Amino acid sequence: MVLVAATGMVATFQPRLVIDPIVPLGILFLYLLAFAFGWMAGQPPATLEGYEPATAGSRNVLAGALAGLLGGLCLGLLLIAITVFDLRGVFINMSPELAEILGFGLPVAAAVFVIAVASAFMGALGAGVHLLSRRVRRALIGALTAVIVFSVLTDLFGQLFAGLSLEPVIDFLYTGRGGALTIIGSVVIFGAFIVLFWWMEGRDSTLRQRVQAMPKGQRSRWQIGAALIILVILYFVPRIMGPFVSQILVTAGIYLLMALGLNIVVGYAGLLDLGYVAFFAVGAYTTAILTSPQSPAFNPEISVLASLPFVMVAAAIAGILVATPVIRMRGDYLAIVTLGFGEIARILLNSEWLAPVFGGAQGITNIPDLQIGPLTFSTPQDYFYPIFLFVLLAAYVTFALQKSRWGRAWMAMREDESVAEAMGVNIVTAKLSAFVVGAILASFGGSLFAAQIGSVFPHTFDIVVSITVLVIIIVGGMGSVPGVTLGALVLIVLPNLLREFSEYQFLFYGVLLIVMMLKRPEGFIPSKRRAQELHTEELSQDAWLEIYGEKGQAEQVPEGAV
Amino acid sequence: MTQAATVETRPARRASRITPVSVFLWALRIAILAIILYGSYLSISSGRLSAAQWRDLFVFGISTGSMYALIALGYTMVYGVLRFINFAHGEVFMVGAMMAFYVANALAVTPLWTSSPAVSLLIVLVAAMFTSTAIAVIIERIAYRPLRGAPRLIPLITSIGASFTIQYLVRGLVGPATKSFPRMEPLRGTFEFGGFVILKTQLVVIVAALVMMGGLYLFVEKTRTGKSMRAVAEDPETAALMGINVDRTIVNVFAIGGAMAGVAGALWGLVFPSINFFSGFLPGIKAFTSAVLGGIGNIVGAMLGGVSLGIFESVGPSLVLAGYEIPAFSQLKDVVAYAALVLVLIFRPTGILGERLAQERT
Repeated sequence: MVLVAATGMVATFQPRLVIDPIVPLGILFLYLLAFAFGWMAGQPPATLEGYEPATAGSRNVLAGALAGLLGGLCLGLLLIAITVFDLRGVFINMSPELAEILGFGLPVAAAVFVIAVASAFMGALGAGVHLLSRRVRRALIGALTAVIVFSVLTDLFGQLFAGLSLEPVIDFLYTGRGGALTIIGSVVIFGAFIVLFWWMEGRDSTLRQRVQAMPKGQRSRWQIGAALIILVILYFVPRIMGPFVSQILVTAGIYLLMALGLNIVVGYAGLLDLGYVAFFAVGAYTTAILTSPQSPAFNPEISVLASLPFVMVAAAIAGILVATPVIRMRGDYLAIVTLGFGEIARILLNSEWLAPVFGGAQGITNIPDLQIGPLTFSTPQDYFYPIFLFVLLAAYVTFALQKSRWGRAWMAMREDESVAEAMGVNIVTAKLSAFVVGAILASFGGSLFAAQIGSVFPHTFDIVVSITVLVIIIVGGMGSVPGVTLGALVLIVLPNLLREFSEYQFLFYGVLLIVMMLKRPEGFIPSKRRAQELHTEELSQDAWLEIYGEKGQAEQVPEGAV
Repeated sequence: MTQAATVETRPARRASRITPVSVFLWALRIAILAIILYGSYLSISSGRLSAAQWRDLFVFGISTGSMYALIALGYTMVYGVLRFINFAHGEVFMVGAMMAFYVANALAVTPLWTSSPAVSLLIVLVAAMFTSTAIAVIIERIAYRPLRGAPRLIPLITSIGASFTIQYLVRGLVGPATKSFPRMEPLRGTFEFGGFVILKTQLVVIVAALVMMGGLYLFVEKTRTGKSMRAVAEDPETAALMGINVDRTIVNVFAIGGAMAGVAGALWGLVFPSINFFSGFLPGIKAFTSAVLGGIGNIVGAMLGGVSLGIFESVGPSLVLAGYEIPAFSQLKDVVAYAALVLVLIFRPTGILGERLAQERT
């Protein structure tokens, strides 16, 4: 909590009100952390078979309250430190404003007391959640989340309702467009979602069972129908959402394209590529050089569409070039070497030496828009469709490859290279093909990116892009297409919608990487096989270790309560 | 910290089979060698730089390289014990350098800074050391310890996460601005030694690095703790059976690696007096390259590798790239480091002193 406050997140989030006059986001975020500590501390421990499972009781609540209290006291200390010493010289965010926010404008002593009590209370609440029945718990937490989501994504919903010409709804729920929720609005949302979650309980799985129980013909008809409905909705998305949201969706789509490509390299073949952005750059620069009249080297000035075959060839060559030297390398070395390749690519693009070809730091501008026949794509809304098409294509390729000979070779290689080789998998071809397929998908992303933005600059192709794509596939679930899609949507759309958030985007990514690896290395929507691989040990333990509820080990000490 | 000579037969047998890949790799090796040799020939015969300038570059290379070596020790020791690349180590270095900056800044206004520079330098060094040590140990506790025995890519990804977290945490805490170190007056000027003109700061860096490395070498070779580290590196399970507390030994390894990185961070401030939240990344990668160059898992190798990389990097661009009359070749300095990494792993994955680890699975 102290770290969060000290990094200035609270102060940045503060102006954003969640519910109009009473709940600002900064404080809410801070105390949600206390809630989370309490939740962790109050988690019932894993039980051994043959032992009476400890009944959740006041002990858990007490633990939660203690955890919250600890966090609150640390926060109080921070508050005292801010008010007594002037720390701004070192920690730029420890300003009097922060003290004002943390202390609710009270005098220091009173404020410390209030903070401690409040966090202890939140901690106890967090732990207390475990005492409720599953159904109540789900409904409550779901509804609370809904309120926060509605309020935080006010731009998105404002746009949505305006696009559907439902302005009265905006006026009812929010204080104007892009404003915070009103008290009435939040109560209404809370109530509606409680009812929804209460009703949903148990029903979603029954629905799934019913679909599964259907005869084959009927089931596929259902699936086609559902897909059609989704397609129709998607068709209207950019029109309703307007340019701002569409631009974000387009960015997310480009990242998704890259993530699907990296998913093949990392998720299927198990080759951790940290220089993946290089392939993205290859696509963008190939398109730029071939199409832009401003590119310094040569100017065939073909259309973007006509450049795609060249992009594919260039990416394949780049993939082979990177893959060949690293074929005999093992996992972690491969990561570092690919990282080196990525950085080499960026430095070369940026250098004076190759400026006659790539334009150096000035980049290449004036890339024409994508044209397909009579259609010209210029606005973000237009670009939504081709990018969506490419994503579909990439998803199809991924699915098709998964079941193919290649896909099986990759997965065998991921699990054990030596054994796969002994079983007759050609490691050289398998690695090369994984790199090439991944490179081609990323290069298409780069190509569309160049056409959409209209210019390419070397500093765009930074290492953080590679890491972002990696975070997407890890959070979503390596090797799983729905997981990767979800990852891209959440991780790219959210930070872009929340402008205050974007400064801390990478901090969140970092924390997310650690937390995911520690708690759920298979991602949120894992592929079945990958999850099995990662939990073989647990599975064998489960045979005699009964872990009830969700599979979570007890967190005795509230870590990070510093 | 060297690993026992393990299976050495498999790669050797495979090399006898001629595959397209091996042909390609050989062609690559020969081509690169030819490019380097011809470039050096061109630039030496052009006589663009005088002998004194070459010597300057060389000394600069050694001083940068000795800092790389200090950071590389952290990589190599952790790799020796846990067999994974601690990506966040560059950030440990950065935090040390940050701390050194703040302490130096605070001291710079006191009379101590001018009256007894040695003492104040020592204070800065110790502060940086402690901070880095603490960070390294905290990372180990929170991020790596729960992952013992996980598939090997998982700790690697976690360390990338840790690296990002620390970078942006520092950015949030102290701001994104680049900070410049206060100057130390007595360290201005140069020093002559057998025809080599050495900047005094460089001398301090080289001496301090030598002392630290010598101390570390003695520590690992002579003390009980050092012995247990070597035992754990050799075989953690057997070491545990012999009554060594493996967890504590691993913490020690992280702490020592962190301390070395902290010293490197403080020294870095003397030579390159500007630092921001991102400045751990490049030295980190270069130090890793040094570790690989010297043979990962090998302490003496890391020292050798660091110094050689420093020399390559400072001499290389003027020697090879300038020969081809590449404009603004100094921009490509970092490419030399990355290229060195890639080339070492292609030519000699074992490094100068190490065993074949890049291809072998443990």
